[in-house]
Amino acid sequence: MGAAGVARLHGLFAAYKPPGLHWKHLRDTVELQLLKGLNARKPPAPQQRVRFLLGPVEGSEEKELTLTATSVPSLTNHPLVRGPAFTSLKIGMGHRLDVQASGVVVLGVGQGCSLLTDMYHAHLTKDYTVLGLLGKATDDFREDGRLVERTTYDHVTREKLDRILAVIQGSHQKALVTYSNLDLQTQEAYEMAVKGLIRPMNKSPMLVTGIRCLRFAPPEFLLEVQCMNETQKQLRSLVHEIGLELKTTAVCSHVRRTRDGCFTLDDALLRTQWNLNSIQDAMQAAAPRVAAELEKNLRLRLGTQQLQGPGWQGDNEGPSPALEGRTAGGAAVGKGQSCS
Amino acid sequence: MALSAQQIPRWLNSIKLNSLITAAQLRSHYGRPGQTLLHRLSAQPQVSSDSGFLQWGLKTFRTSSKWNSSSQCTKSSGQEIDSAQSTMLPSVSEQPQKTPNFDSELSLEDLDDVPPLSPLQPISEQEAVRIIADPPLPPDSFTLRDYVDHSETLQKLVLLGVDLSKIEKHPGAANLLLRLDFEKDINQVLLFLKDLGIEDSQLGAFLTKNYAIFSEDLENLKTRVAYLQSKSFSKSDITQMVRKAPFLLSFSVERLDNRLGFFQKELELNVKKTRDLVVRLPRLLTGSLEPVKENMKVYRLELGFKHNEIQHMITQIPKMLTANKRKLTETFDFVHNVMSIPHHIIVRFPQVFNARLFKVKERHLFLAYLGRAQYDPAKANYISLDKLVSVPDEIFCEEIAKASVQDFEKFLKTL
Repeated sequence: MGAAGVARLHGLFAAYKPPGLHWKHLRDTVELQLLKGLNARKPPAPQQRVRFLLGPVEGSEEKELTLTATSVPSLTNHPLVRGPAFTSLKIGMGHRLDVQASGVVVLGVGQGCSLLTDMYHAHLTKDYTVLGLLGKATDDFREDGRLVERTTYDHVTREKLDRILAVIQGSHQKALVTYSNLDLQTQEAYEMAVKGLIRPMNKSPMLVTGIRCLRFAPPEFLLEVQCMNETQKQLRSLVHEIGLELKTTAVCSHVRRTRDGCFTLDDALLRTQWNLNSIQDAMQAAAPRVAAELEKNLRLRLGTQQLQGPGWQGDNEGPSPALEGRTAGGAAVGKGQSCS
Repeated sequence: MALSAQQIPRWLNSIKLNSLITAAQLRSHYGRPGQTLLHRLSAQPQVSSDSGFLQWGLKTFRTSSKWNSSSQCTKSSGQEIDSAQSTMLPSVSEQPQKTPNFDSELSLEDLDDVPPLSPLQPISEQEAVRIIADPPLPPDSFTLRDYVDHSETLQKLVLLGVDLSKIEKHPGAANLLLRLDFEKDINQVLLFLKDLGIEDSQLGAFLTKNYAIFSEDLENLKTRVAYLQSKSFSKSDITQMVRKAPFLLSFSVERLDNRLGFFQKELELNVKKTRDLVVRLPRLLTGSLEPVKENMKVYRLELGFKHNEIQHMITQIPKMLTANKRKLTETFDFVHNVMSIPHHIIVRFPQVFNARLFKVKERHLFLAYLGRAQYDPAKANYISLDKLVSVPDEIFCEEIAKASVQDFEKFLKTL
């Protein structure tokens, strides 16, 4: 029964991390709750063992003793002697969140931990809502950090903010193409770029694929950011830079992740739902979506690998610009000929 | 039987005689190979009492030592075994009169001086069938699982509900339990505990925590109970205290006296209130006193409560005395500075210090979002702190926030 329980406990699920909770504490709490649920199951029936006991043979006249096999209960595997059936579980966490940030965080249990690696290599984008506050500058870009500067912000309007966000998006778009090492001279790459499927599949700095302002009520403004390879600190520094561009200063009061890959806020489990049954249901519900997403990304990755310029060295090395230019041109000529 | 004679010296040489789990005692609890032993057993059927086994164990050791002397082993090893035997089982050597037939058979054995059989000698089928050759018990082990099926004491403890897996984690505890004899040591202590008023179902939890009570002197335990009664704790009070703080009876009378005196001086409550406090939370007496001293200072100096306010809060929620200092200050910081609740209202509802901070935060932020965060008793729609903190989620959402649980969950996901 215990083995069957653990057999079903494999997969990915999303939890909502509240602000002020360290991610390790979340992972440990989930592990404790799952172990509690698994150990609470009914223990198996008491085992018997065979002992050969001496005793007089029934119905015989003489006082001869013979061995008879009897089954006596054995306490070796009693729960009070052996201890709890499950003492640890393999639980991994996907993209982490720091202490003050909140939002969707993906956890993998058992075999799901290998899916976490696949999700990492898929380089999916994440959605954040970032709340900024105009008029202040602090040393770590957070609202409760050490104050560095105070400024006025009356001159800031919605249009100025939107313009700056558009500039940011444009520059990051260029960076997207550069870091994806795609040879844009080819037809297939151009079509993919038009559809917006280009993403760097190796290491790259934080790249913003989309940014827009949801609410503007000075001094507060709410941004929605779609990005990849980011840390929450870099998002806060992004808010700071936006403030500087607006010729004022800004700090970030809250960072909240609303989507991580295919897991959204609706799938995320709250603290009261961190128990065995809810987690099992969430994993079962998420399994087909995760499989579909990973397969789509695998096809995309293989597709882009074919389109990579011959100068592409591999995951760990960056492009060497000189080589890329020459060989890209050569490849384009070759490919152009084959197309026509 | 040569089989046993050659097995036994190997056994005895391999165990470290000063290591605590002695195979000697354990082997006495189960059957021994050997045909001549079966003859002996025919006189006395296998009893399931430990004392019977121990006696029988002693007899076989005596005979085995004789076999050793007659076979290749030297007399000194036989003497060694005897002396070791006598140091380990002093109580058993006093009971030879219970089994006179053994003695007569022993003397017959001496007279006969049967030569040991060699293992190469053919034996009949019937004799072969009668050889009991259970696998030997390991001389030392890291768990009690190996011994529980062979020890009546351990089996009876498990049936009482004692959690052996927790006890064996403490160093030396498993050895203590294995050396105990149910009839002599454990029974008396159990009867004493039952006299105190502890139920059968509660004995397991008690003994899991305080297994060392078996090594306490029964007279000392009775003296301590008498002392508590002299301090006008009623019988039911004492039962409750012992049940909630199992280590209470392991404290000497003067130590208990010191601790009661400390609480009386520190809290400056009258005798009856101090007694009630100690009965409600007896682990104040068994735990460390440093956190209590520190918490009293925190309440007075850091949080700014007056002495009579602290006394009132402690009589309502005694757990505040042993709470974590960091959590106390964080909770007070949120309740006083963010929720703007003054001291005199916090004094009326000290349950906030017992509640989880994240719960208080989430509920307050939800009420603030709905515009219902009203904690001033003078104004309308007042929400008291105990209702905010102590009720479960469904009742909080329906009655206090007047919203549905789904709304609360959606709000939590926006934090």
